[in-house]
Amino acid sequence: MTVAAGIGLGERQAGAGAPPPAVTERRSRRKLTPYLLLVPGMAWLAIFFIAPIVTLLSTSTQTRPEGAEIGVFTQTFRFANYLDALEGYGPEFGRSFLYALLATVLALAISYPLAYAIAFKAGRWRNLLLVLVVAPFFVSFLLRTVAWKQILADDAWVADLLRALSVIGPQTHIINSAPAVVIGITYNFLPFMILPIYASLERVDPRLMEAAGDLYSSALTTFRKVTIPLSMPGIVAGTLLTFIPAAGDYVNSALLGNKDTTMVGNVIDSRFLRVVDYPTAAVLSVTLMASILVLVGFYIRRAGTEELV
Amino acid sequence: MSRASKGTAQGQVDGGRDLRIGNVTKRFGSFVAVDDLSLTVPSGSFFALLGPSGCGKTTTLRMVAGLEEPSEGSILIGDQDVTFAKPYRRPVNTVFQSYALFPHLDIFENVAFGLRRRGSKEVKKQVDDALELVELGGFAKRKPAQLSGGQQQRVALARAIVNNPAVLLLDEPLGALDLKLRRQMQIELKRIQTEVGLTFVHVTHDQEEAMTMADTIAVMNNGRIEQLGNPEELYESPTTTFVANFLGQSNLIRSSVTGTSGTDVQLEVHGGRLAMPQSRRNGATDDLLIGVRPEKIRISPTGQDANAEQNELLGGVVTDASFTGVSTQYLVRMPWGQELMVFAQNVGVGGVLAPGTQVDLRWDPAHTFALDGSLDAGAGVQRDEGATPVPVG
Repeated sequence: MTVAAGIGLGERQAGAGAPPPAVTERRSRRKLTPYLLLVPGMAWLAIFFIAPIVTLLSTSTQTRPEGAEIGVFTQTFRFANYLDALEGYGPEFGRSFLYALLATVLALAISYPLAYAIAFKAGRWRNLLLVLVVAPFFVSFLLRTVAWKQILADDAWVADLLRALSVIGPQTHIINSAPAVVIGITYNFLPFMILPIYASLERVDPRLMEAAGDLYSSALTTFRKVTIPLSMPGIVAGTLLTFIPAAGDYVNSALLGNKDTTMVGNVIDSRFLRVVDYPTAAVLSVTLMASILVLVGFYIRRAGTEELV
Repeated sequence: MSRASKGTAQGQVDGGRDLRIGNVTKRFGSFVAVDDLSLTVPSGSFFALLGPSGCGKTTTLRMVAGLEEPSEGSILIGDQDVTFAKPYRRPVNTVFQSYALFPHLDIFENVAFGLRRRGSKEVKKQVDDALELVELGGFAKRKPAQLSGGQQQRVALARAIVNNPAVLLLDEPLGALDLKLRRQMQIELKRIQTEVGLTFVHVTHDQEEAMTMADTIAVMNNGRIEQLGNPEELYESPTTTFVANFLGQSNLIRSSVTGTSGTDVQLEVHGGRLAMPQSRRNGATDDLLIGVRPEKIRISPTGQDANAEQNELLGGVVTDASFTGVSTQYLVRMPWGQELMVFAQNVGVGGVLAPGTQVDLRWDPAHTFALDGSLDAGAGVQRDEGATPVPVG
């Protein structure tokens, strides 16, 4: 682009009159090239992203006419749909964001040391460990979550152990509880946290840590003042990649939770597929999307990593 | 400038902050990187550790910085034993070869890093002074990536100097700069060292760099110090073949002692008779390698300039002459097959002697030095700099 602009300017200065036709043609073609390259991607987004969003927004203000068949809705621009849904599903929204937040924090706490170890301490085991991080993806998301159902079951060793250690009472269940849902979400999105953090830690020059030590930083100060700031892009990317899908997740709550752990995703799922109440499902989807967008916007601004990302 | 030097050097100059390395050995597995090294660097001096790559100079530096632990021996700064002290507990700062500037901090914060860690007062003034000292006053708000290599190098220097360390370590600090900038920074570094009066320990493989800047040079080879002294001593009176060849170039010729007369040693070299001062003889045996620097030798066509006071080697043939402007470099094949190197100053008398010319070589006996004949005459010859090695006959 810069080059094209530079040439254009040069020509304007050189020839005061109109440039010869051949040059004009070549120049306009060169100007068009970037837009031509954008066409396939833009077309894809228009058909599969923008159009569905418009449909979603439009559905969210529809209502079911009196006596109509199931699944038939007409556009009435009833924005009160939003108020109804927020009034009815406030707790589900709250839980979605709370669980997603807890899972993100937990995933960060687990991933950072792991990514650090892989990046700086693993030596020749590094590639193997990275493969192991990705390995769970070879099994379906659903199956992995079902597996946790068994791990956390009342008669499985985890519960037995915790009971033996008196961490939980004899009547306490782990399965079908809020902690189980958070554990499930944390587990499922762990690789999305580990990989970006690893990628940014791996680029940190270990000599910078030596330099910090040389400049009177203890290991802890070096970590705080050098390692963490330099890995911020990875932390931001990892938390976003975990938090966003986690807030919309419903599989973990459906399989590992109970009726008091319902998340927005579960409501959308049931409104769409079971109750066939498309407007409410659309309202919840739009609201979820908008609130995530706002939260992420604030977060990125706070993290202040624009120039590092 | 003087403001800056006062600002950084105040209060901590107590004279007793010599760096003392005592019998330090460092092993990596079975490899001995530093072998029973002892060394004292007086406070306030500019000291160079000079040697080829792999000689142990950087390992020595890293042990002083605390980035490696010695396998044996001790390191003292003043009266403080820092052998096993953590890097951040030593009054030592390093200018790293790669500069290692923090990319997420601006120049000001990079320089302020050490001061902030120690909770220093007047950070702003000290950082400003340090940046002024390295002539980067207007760059405080830039990020390291926005600076050129030479400027980054200065920031690295300011970041270390601002802490007023007892010992400042420089690890090949000019290695990444181009030749012209390197020359300029050599002078600059020397100026800054004189100005702030800190002890500089400078690691380099560049003999010219070491000789330009340092008060004292330790030439290292295979984890040991070959010779220690000021640049002139090392150049004029090397005590090992390694030093003779590594610092500049030397003609080393096998000879045997035939006797003494007064303060001179009489020598026999392939049938010729030479003399040299007893004081410049290293090596007690009668089998010696005598050395003479190429620029000390006068070359003249056979039969001219005979002088009984001078050492003479007769019957040479010029095999190569390269005119370099300031001087002409000759290779002269001697009757016993060895090629000697002669640098003749172009002072306007006579032209360049063509290859094939029969010549005699003469030099002042006082310019002769002698080394132990059992040493490897090829040690320390730098082949990578285009210097022609001088084979020994």
